[in-house]
Amino acid sequence: MKRFAELYAGLDRTNSTNEKIAALVDYFHAAAPADAAWAVWFLTGRRLQRLVPSSALAAWAREAAGVPEWLFEECYGAVGDLAETVALLLDANATPAGGESPPAIPDTLSLAAWVEERLLPLRAQPEAAQREAVVAWWRELERWPRFVLGKLLTGALRVGVAQTLVERALSEVAKVEPQTIAQRLMGTWEPTAEFFSRLVGRIEEGEDVSRPYPFALASPLDLAPSELGEVGDWLMEWKWDGIRAQLIRRGGDCFLWSRGEELLTERFPEIVRIARSRLPEGMVLDGEILAMHEGRPLPFSVLQRRIGRIRLTERVLAEAPAAFVAYDLLEAEGDDLRDRPLAERRARLAEAIEPAQPILSLSPEVVAESWEAAAAERLRCRELGVEGLMIKRLGSPYRAGRRRGDWWKWKIDPYEVDAVLLYAQPGHGRRASLCTDYTFGVWDGSELVTFAKAYSGLTDDEIVALDLWIRQNTIERFGPVRSVPPVQVFTLAFEGIARSARHRSGVAVRFPRIARWRPDKRAEEADTLERLRALLVATRRV
Amino acid sequence: MLTHAHGDHARPGSAAYLAAAPGLAVLGHRLPGARIEGMPYGETRRIGEVEVSFHPAGHVLGSAQVRIERRGEIWIVSGDYKRQADPTCAPFEPVRCHTFITEATFALPIYRWDPTATVAAEISAWWQENTQAGRASVLCAYSLGKAQRLLAELLPHLAGRTIRTHGAIEAMNEVYRRSGVLLPPTRRIDPQTRGSFAGELILAPPAAAGSLWMRRFGRAQVGFASGWMRLRGTRRRGSFDRGFALSDHADWFDLLRTIEESGAERVLATHGYSATLARFLGERGWETGVLGTEFRGETPARAGSDDGAESPEIEGEAGGEEEE
Repeated sequence: MKRFAELYAGLDRTNSTNEKIAALVDYFHAAAPADAAWAVWFLTGRRLQRLVPSSALAAWAREAAGVPEWLFEECYGAVGDLAETVALLLDANATPAGGESPPAIPDTLSLAAWVEERLLPLRAQPEAAQREAVVAWWRELERWPRFVLGKLLTGALRVGVAQTLVERALSEVAKVEPQTIAQRLMGTWEPTAEFFSRLVGRIEEGEDVSRPYPFALASPLDLAPSELGEVGDWLMEWKWDGIRAQLIRRGGDCFLWSRGEELLTERFPEIVRIARSRLPEGMVLDGEILAMHEGRPLPFSVLQRRIGRIRLTERVLAEAPAAFVAYDLLEAEGDDLRDRPLAERRARLAEAIEPAQPILSLSPEVVAESWEAAAAERLRCRELGVEGLMIKRLGSPYRAGRRRGDWWKWKIDPYEVDAVLLYAQPGHGRRASLCTDYTFGVWDGSELVTFAKAYSGLTDDEIVALDLWIRQNTIERFGPVRSVPPVQVFTLAFEGIARSARHRSGVAVRFPRIARWRPDKRAEEADTLERLRALLVATRRV
Repeated sequence: MLTHAHGDHARPGSAAYLAAAPGLAVLGHRLPGARIEGMPYGETRRIGEVEVSFHPAGHVLGSAQVRIERRGEIWIVSGDYKRQADPTCAPFEPVRCHTFITEATFALPIYRWDPTATVAAEISAWWQENTQAGRASVLCAYSLGKAQRLLAELLPHLAGRTIRTHGAIEAMNEVYRRSGVLLPPTRRIDPQTRGSFAGELILAPPAAAGSLWMRRFGRAQVGFASGWMRLRGTRRRGSFDRGFALSDHADWFDLLRTIEESGAERVLATHGYSATLARFLGERGWETGVLGTEFRGETPARAGSDDGAESPEIEGEAGGEEEE
């Protein structure tokens, strides 16, 4: 694991993309395929499920370090990361009072051996044995590898490399296109030496039939639409508020993949049933899963019920009926169509989808003769329950990832309300010792009732200034949470609003973030719960 | 009575000051025009009903604990202190007392310093890497104390090379040298200094990071030497490429050891994690308290703004440049 820990340190240290790729390439060249496979697994954000509970790790660390629980919590609060807190508390490398600690044993075990022979077997062990093993590893490892071990144990190894960087590095090692690597990394795979050899191997016939293509992503439209040129060169569609997915019909089977690379086939049986009977073999559609009722999309929160449940009961299926709205055709008759222009793909898609089939439909084109007309259509979005307009270049191929220029999302302006800061607490990771997690309230009569939390939207300077104000004006502390006097007003932006039994205010907002700090406003001028409820009624009317 | 010359401890406005003699030149530089009288470490003087004396605190040149005795009852005001060896100042001297006023800047058990030689070797390796990549290495450190300690600790790694310095640091180097501290030769970077800095190590105050002054170094790597750099979050949040955990304050273990050695029954904690330290000691039978200072706030929110000094006022007063 030493090499992997060093790679992590190297990646952690630099912000330069080129240096990160160079570090990854060096690692993949030198590592044994079995180790490299696990490294790819972790670097692409996959984790080892349920090894040991974090609470147990914390308890063992407290005992090993001889630190009372409250003090451990204070340390954790300052560090913001459990693995790092443990690594620092158990630091035997420094010279404690009155003598030298024994030097750490050099770590010669490979990453694959660490995972397969040490970490995975933990699952089957009773707690006493787990504890004995983990504490012994803590003692034998140096500080940084001990931290990396903690990251593997807690399953929260975020290295700060985007998956595309890993793909680029592997592409350099394998001498194949990054897109091919991206495709090989999608879906389910086991981190074995064989897998890694295939990953960096030459292209072969008949690779896994379930595998989706890397998704094309849109950029937010940050220029005037007229700057895009002729309106006739573009295809416009609604931007649906659902789950982006690819529907794959290959090898006599059918697969539904989310953009988060989750296989959703079993979650949406009605879609799969229709796809099996209506779509020809060798076809891949790109589109959106929506909860639909009588041809109208239902709020995203309804769709979420389909994902959260362990078992899909008849009731859930009836309450949240799902449909697939297709907007692109990536493969037909087994041919990859991604290099063909969108106009052609779209025409073939329209032929492939049966009209009047509510569960598998074609995303309608939004027809506008001019950009002004398009802007007018955009104003209808909220009423239609969609997030905005998609604008796609008719002549463009289907590219992997977010490439500026061909796909734009022109979202509707968010809702905005003025709210009062009530509570604050430190963030995690980079923001561990700054109060960056804020809770806001609006007026309900003469009382402020909390309704949203927001983590982003302020500049670094504003964060520091607000942090200082919070610390100097804390009324009460509840663990890491501080209550502050209701003085600071912020304009919050959010995308949607729904009724919620879990929130005291009775409403839940979607994607809340801070739009502006409003030192010009007094708390009394903030918005009311009544106004939020009015928004709720307005959205439900459609 | 001044414990040391950092801006959150040595404030202007008093008619007269007493301080430990080795720090006179540094204090004169920081409080120009002030009437400061020096006393050798260990010498006692009677003021009213009390006897006072200064004892080395090991923090920076001239730093002192103040011992105050009245009818057999002894208090120590530690000021800031550390127990690690520092070639640029006298080592901390444990003094027995009844009440010990201790700093608590790093009073959490996650703070445990690596040996200074280890950190110096890390810095040297980083300099080497940057040199091989054809880049300059800019190492940020507080201009009073930390910068001089780094110079002295890097001496074995110099191999004939000369460290370059920012004007604010060079001015303090001169004061140290005049006070008899042996520092390796340095070369100041003047506004008119031109040419390539590839392969050079430059010492600069933290506030210089990201300033116009840095432009001359091109694609330089910027490091920061501070106790706060022990945490990955602080390392990554700052505008620094690398952090080196080197502090002029005591770590958790040295705080506890020092409190033990003082023999004090009562401990008053101040600065930083004072409530934490007080609670921990309280649970172990000490009589404890937290001593507020004029400076509000808690742990520094920003790496690079301070290393114990906790008020933005102080920063502003020192020209936004530094302070420990």
